[in-house]
Formats: sequence, structure tokens, C-alpha cells
Amino acid sequence: MSKLDLIIVGGGPAGLCAAMYAGRGMLNAVLLERGIPGGELLNTEKIEDYPGFESILGQDLAARMTEHAKKFGADIRMENVEGIWKQPDGGFKVTTSNGETYHAPTVIITAGGTPTKLGVSGEAEYAGKGVSYCAVCDGAFFKGETIAVIGGGDAAVEEADYLTRYAAKVYLIHRRHEFRASKVVQERALSNPKIEVIWNKKVLDLTGEVIGLKTVNLEDTVTGERSALSVTGCFVFIGFTPNSGLVRDHVAHDATGYLVTDDRMMTSIPGLFAAGDLRVQLTRQVTTAVGDATTAAIAVEKYLTDLKTGVRA
Amino acid sequence: MSAMINHVTDDSFAAAVEQATGLVLVDFWAEWCGPCRAIAPILEDLAKSNEGRVQIAKLDVDANQRTGMRFNVRSIPTLLFFKDGKLVDSVIGLTQKTALQERINKHAAHAA
Ligand SMILES: Cc1cc2nc3c(=O)[nH]c(=O)nc-3n(C[C@H](O)[C@H](O)[C@H](O)COP(=O)(O)OP(=O)(O)OC[C@H]3O[C@@H](n4cnc5c(N)ncnc54)[C@H](O)[C@@H]3O)c2cc1C
Repeated sequence: MSKLDLIIVGGGPAGLCAAMYAGRGMLNAVLLERGIPGGELLNTEKIEDYPGFESILGQDLAARMTEHAKKFGADIRMENVEGIWKQPDGGFKVTTSNGETYHAPTVIITAGGTPTKLGVSGEAEYAGKGVSYCAVCDGAFFKGETIAVIGGGDAAVEEADYLTRYAAKVYLIHRRHEFRASKVVQERALSNPKIEVIWNKKVLDLTGEVIGLKTVNLEDTVTGERSALSVTGCFVFIGFTPNSGLVRDHVAHDATGYLVTDDRMMTSIPGLFAAGDLRVQLTRQVTTAVGDATTAAIAVEKYLTDLKTGVRA
Repeated sequence: MSAMINHVTDDSFAAAVEQATGLVLVDFWAEWCGPCRAIAPILEDLAKSNEGRVQIAKLDVDANQRTGMRFNVRSIPTLLFFKDGKLVDSVIGLTQKTALQERINKHAAHAA
């Protein structure tokens, strides 16, 4: 492999957009993605707020972005990145689970986030056997059944509504007495006869049998009273944790792990750029992810030129 | 698609998996599932490099709902390991090749 200019870590909207710009800019770049490119788009049914596409399936937009990046020469490899390490020469080493090592003077990290876990007993045991973090991926396996959805934000309320396509009944369980979700989203869910909202309850643990989940055990956040619901599914939507731990050197981040950048998307480590969901910002959308990535890719070009001309030693 | 991978259905499952001897790995998958597409080439590689030690089979959950329900498949890809027809292990979700190879080694070793 000839010498790389750039390594992009993660192939969601941000990574694919960065790869497209890198290709157009004739940079020698690789994009490392552990699964199929598309990121969270693959876990979303419809996107209805991406300009130019009134309504498009998440997986269709993912396929289009992938094709678009490839058209401009993107080299996309299936690799699970284990670490991004700063090197004494100012460049970076990226290691993967296949035992590969990549070197380049710049890295754009676009690795998004991982759904936050409840952190209760039974959660790991029943993952994929009733416990899920993705309605579009797993909803169809609960046809005619009774399930629980945990959370109170847009994702939880929206996905509870989506899941009623399959489930006969959905308990929407929230630890407070009101949702954080936007009004439109709430109204749709609250008027859905298949949804029963359970306020002021937190999940104590999840129990079942070898075959799968049977019960969600709850505790009232006001009275402390305990109760149990018989369900075969428990969908958890309580937020995301950024995948910023891949950066193995100290890098500036906020209290929850989101990476801090300057207006060129450069982190506190020179040559390491961040774009999309894992960056500190007001909102996390497909539009913001591709916007960040555009800036990051152009900034990388400029950074590399400065390195060559000695502006940046 | 590799010739080493055996496509099974609700009807052929008993004969192909539950009455088979040795180690059989069944991949429960569907066309619309992204992680299933990502794991497919990994399974093809493993089928080639473990020839004679493990048989790899695939079952489309959309076309074959009975078997998925029987084993309570709630997420795909789900990989079930059968040894001499008995369910001995499961792996759920996109998993790296090295981790899958370790599982195969664990069960194939006992089979010998
Ligand atoms: C259910 C749901 C619905 C949504 N609906 C909308 C909507 O309607 N409109 C909208 O604009 N936004 C929506 N979003 C948000 C939107 O999907 C994200 O903001 C966007 O996908 C962020 O893009 P990203 O590239 O930063 O991160 P991601 O899409 O998360 O992509 C990150 C990629 O990095 C890869 N990766 C992570 N770690 C590694 C590693 N170690 N090695 C290799 N690869 C790795 C992942 O596999 C993934 O492909 C929704 C999100 C969800 C979950």
C-alpha cells in the first residue's frame, strides 16, 4: 500500500462524506468500518429531514452515500478499529482486530456512539433474547407480543410508536413524570391505543429463562414501591455514549466523553480531526454529521499542505 | 455464494442440523439486515478455513419463521452452534472473525 494521507475511522454519514471529499481532493485515504457502511442510518426507518429527500429509507440513503463515496475512489475496508495512537513523528497509528496496522499523518474519527445501557442485572444476559437497542432491527421479532420501551426522549417515544406496528402492546416506561421528547412526537405516541405510559418507574432488573426475557422488574422513583411487568421484549433508548475511547492518548472531551474540536474540526491533538455524533455539539443529525465531515476533510487537505510546505512543523 | 455454505429451511432443518453429527453453525439472517450482510463474508471465510471441522448453514428468517420462533431468535444475525444435533452455544450480533474462530475451536475440539 502506498503511503496514506488520511485514515477515516467509522463509515456512517460523517465518515462516508469525509471519504467522498478526500477522494475528490485526490487524497490517498482509507475508510475503516467494522460493519456495513451507513452507521445509524441502518438503524433508522425513514429520514425525513435531509434536504433534497422528503422521505428516504435510512438504508437507501446509506447505500447512496456509500456509492457516492466509492465513485470518487473511496477505499472502504471492513476493519474493527481497536485504537488510534499518536506517533513520535506527529502522525498516527491505527490498529485493528484483524491485526492490521495503518499509518498516516492525519485521522478523522467518525465513530459515532453506542447506545447507553441500563446497567442492570439481566441486561447482558438477555441481549438479543428480548433486550434490544434498535427497533428497526429487531421489532419484527415481536409480532403480537407485549413489550416494554425504556426512556423519555425523542428516540424512546418515537420508537415506541414504531414498535406498535408489530407488538400488540407497548409499555413506555419513564423514570420521570414528563417526557423530554418534542410535542409532535409525544402527541402521536400518547394517542396510540397500543401504548400505555408508565411514569416514575425505573428498571431494577430483567429476569427470564434460558430461552429469553420474561419480566421487567420496576421500582417507583417517588414511592419506592416495586412492581413487575410480563414482557418478551425490552427496548432501551436512554441515550448514546460516544465511541471516543478509541483515541488512546489524552484528547480534550466534555464530561460525557464527546470530543471537543476547533472550528476546523481539529481535536486537541494536531492532525486528529473529529466529525459527526461523537463531537461536542448542540444537535446530532445526518445534516450536521455531513457538515462536520466536509469541514474536516477540507481542513485535512489544508493541514497536509501546511505540513509539506513547512508552515506546520 | 460459497458452495461450502448450506442453505437450510424450516423443512430441512431437522435433517440438516438436528440429525447431523459434528459441529454445525447456523446463521439466522434476513435480506434487510445490515449486520447480516457484514457477517456473511466472515462466515464464508470461516467455512473455507475450517472445512471438515464445522458445517456452516444459513436460514432466512423471513422465509422460515417457524425455526426462528422455536429457538426464540429475537435479533439477527443470531448464530447457533449445534453439536451432534444439540444446541450448545449462541452468538448474537456482528462479531469479529477471531472471536468466532475461538468459539469454533472450543466446540470442535470437544467433537474430536
Ligand atoms: C433510531 C434513530 C433515528 C434517527 N433519525 C434521524 C433522522 O430522522 N434524521 C437525522 O438527521 N438523524 C437521525 N438520527 C441521527 C443520525 O442517524 C446520526 O446523527 C448520524 O448517523 C451520525 O452520523 P455519524 O457518521 O457521526 O455516526 P454513526 O452513524 O453512528 O456512524 C458511526 C460508524 O462508525 C462505525 N464504528 C464505530 N466504532 C468503530 C470501530 N471501532 N471500528 C470501525 N468502525 C467503527 C460504526 O459501525 C458506524 O458505522 C437517528 C438516529 C437513530 C439512532
